[in-house]
Amino acid sequence: MQNRTLEVGVGLFLLAGLLAFLLLALRVSGLTVGADNTYKVYASFDNIAGLTVRSKVTMAGVTIGKVSAIDLDRDSYMGRVTMQLDEAVNNLPADSTASILTAGLLGEKYIGISVGGEEEVLGEGGTIHDTQSSLVLEDLIGKFLLNSVNKDQAN
Amino acid sequence: MRKTSVLERVRLFGRAGIDLLGTLGRSVIFLLRALFGRSSTGNGFQLLVKQLYSVGVMSLAIIVVSGVFIGMVLSLQGFSILAQYGSEQAVGQMVALTLLRELGPVVTALLFAGRAGSALTAEIGNMKSTEQLSSLAMIGVDPLKYIVAPRLWAGFISMPLLAMIFSVVGIWGGSMVAIDWLGVYEGSFWANMQNSVSFREDVLNGVIKSIVFAFVVTWIAVFQGYDCEPTSEGISRATTKTVVYASLAVLGLDFILTALMFGDF
Amino acid sequence: MSAESPYAVELKGVSFKRGERDIFKNVDIHIPRGKVTGIMGPSGCGKTTLLRLIAAELMPSQGEVRVNGLNLPSLSRGELFDMRKQMGVLFQSGALFTDLDVFENVAFPLRVHTQLPEEMIRDIVLMKLQAVGLRGAVELMPDELSGGMKRRVALARAIVLDPQILIYDEPFVGQDPIAMGVLVRLIRLLNDALGITSIVVSHDLAETASIADYLYVVGDTQVLGQGTPAELMDSDNPRIRQFMQGTPDGPVPFHFPADNYRDDLLRGR
Repeated sequence: MQNRTLEVGVGLFLLAGLLAFLLLALRVSGLTVGADNTYKVYASFDNIAGLTVRSKVTMAGVTIGKVSAIDLDRDSYMGRVTMQLDEAVNNLPADSTASILTAGLLGEKYIGISVGGEEEVLGEGGTIHDTQSSLVLEDLIGKFLLNSVNKDQAN
Repeated sequence: MRKTSVLERVRLFGRAGIDLLGTLGRSVIFLLRALFGRSSTGNGFQLLVKQLYSVGVMSLAIIVVSGVFIGMVLSLQGFSILAQYGSEQAVGQMVALTLLRELGPVVTALLFAGRAGSALTAEIGNMKSTEQLSSLAMIGVDPLKYIVAPRLWAGFISMPLLAMIFSVVGIWGGSMVAIDWLGVYEGSFWANMQNSVSFREDVLNGVIKSIVFAFVVTWIAVFQGYDCEPTSEGISRATTKTVVYASLAVLGLDFILTALMFGDF
Repeated sequence: MSAESPYAVELKGVSFKRGERDIFKNVDIHIPRGKVTGIMGPSGCGKTTLLRLIAAELMPSQGEVRVNGLNLPSLSRGELFDMRKQMGVLFQSGALFTDLDVFENVAFPLRVHTQLPEEMIRDIVLMKLQAVGLRGAVELMPDELSGGMKRRVALARAIVLDPQILIYDEPFVGQDPIAMGVLVRLIRLLNDALGITSIVVSHDLAETASIADYLYVVGDTQVLGQGTPAELMDSDNPRIRQFMQGTPDGPVPFHFPADNYRDDLLRGR
């Protein structure tokens, strides 16, 4: 009957719409359904300039998590970054180093973690103490200029 | 020729303003009655399915084809610009964000206004001119519930789905061009995209946009048909009005919504 | 249904304006129950407006429109739709639903308003189609029918709920003589057989006069005259005589009101 084709068509259409939504959610925006398989790690930086929420956290170039929050520590006046790391990488030594890096010259900022040597590992809520702040281009140029001025004066 | 005095011009201007307000008022009453009035027929679901078919399924082809091409073009254009900065990997992110935030909802709404909106106006206008609407009313069936309401709901439901399908096939088209043709590394294409696209801010905001557009476009289309002059000339004028008004409304609303969603204030 | 009034439809002191223009001013029309009443007048005099007033598609600016004793302007939208179930209207074009075939068109009011089993719907539809002589066309689509057949199918649809009042909007326009004869016979027959009140809105003089028990002539925002067809034929009112005899110029002028012809021509100089 004609009604049947109609209903089948509409059914397929609704399914296609739903599938599109799921694809957008999971494949395109990388939404993970059960968010339980990550753990939280904190790190404080002198300057986080350019780092944003959802920036990646990498180790040896492999993405292992992302930044979930950035706020200012009232007492130390440092930027405190909260990271969600994959549960699969739960063997990070407690003295690992976190540095804010730039992809390319003008690319986005991300956090790179280099491994330390301690036996103790970072757990849920752990803090990385050894941090290296974002490289701020203006500071760099400023330093460079100052150096050359100093050199001139020394001469 | 008779001269129109200043007063007469002011009067005409006022008349136009009153007419505009009157039309707006009628369209609001029309909408409320169609959506919330008492239902006189039990088989509303059947009617909705029929309209979903003619409004949604029939628009699918144009949406998919345009989506693929727009995604491919975005990818090509984006690649050639991004390559100058050495960040070709970001092409996935660019295609996805452009489609999800802007082109998906907006182009879908424009195509929908042209394809389904004009058809709705013409169909209802034709029913009006052949007295089918009056004759429904005389049978004791409210045409607002029987004819208008299912079409409104079908439009509201279809367009967000179509917009999402548009974005998905667009991203697929973009990925084909970028990965298979331009040689962007597949892993970084998707990873870059996933890292920069936020579900809540980009995907959901896009869906919200297309829900708003669906509401406005369908409302305009159905109202223009219902309110048209019941002559063939009146119907063709109403059809044109539907496409023009709906397109302008979509583009204007898009600016407002974008400012609200992505502007920082 | 209030039986106290011998009239099925009453218009009392009805005025209707479209924009600035008066269509009707203080019109009184009483339509007797169980009779065929013709409402006639020149084109553009507001006959269709009158019909829409009775069907409550339009509301009068002033006055009462009573159908079966109910004052339409005071009813709610829902009550109006209920009232309309007792009323059938045959529109000029037939107004069949183009996406349904003949059977479904006639069955439509039954499906919407009743929970009758399918066999009974089928029987009723076939009976009504038999009454208009189109039982054989049951599977055709509306665009496969001639104009006259469309009108007959629409008539079958209008009577399928056994209404008390049946309104015909220009039933004779654009029909060939045979179709016209068929329709004239059908209207009379249905009226007598079903005992319904028929209102024929038309400007076709001979046909309307041949079936109507009582005639109203409207024009120029007024009721110009009323009476049985014979009475009207002999009327000494010049306007009625002009209409009944079809002379081009008379009290109803040939010219639309305009400025002085000579002045208008000279103004261009």
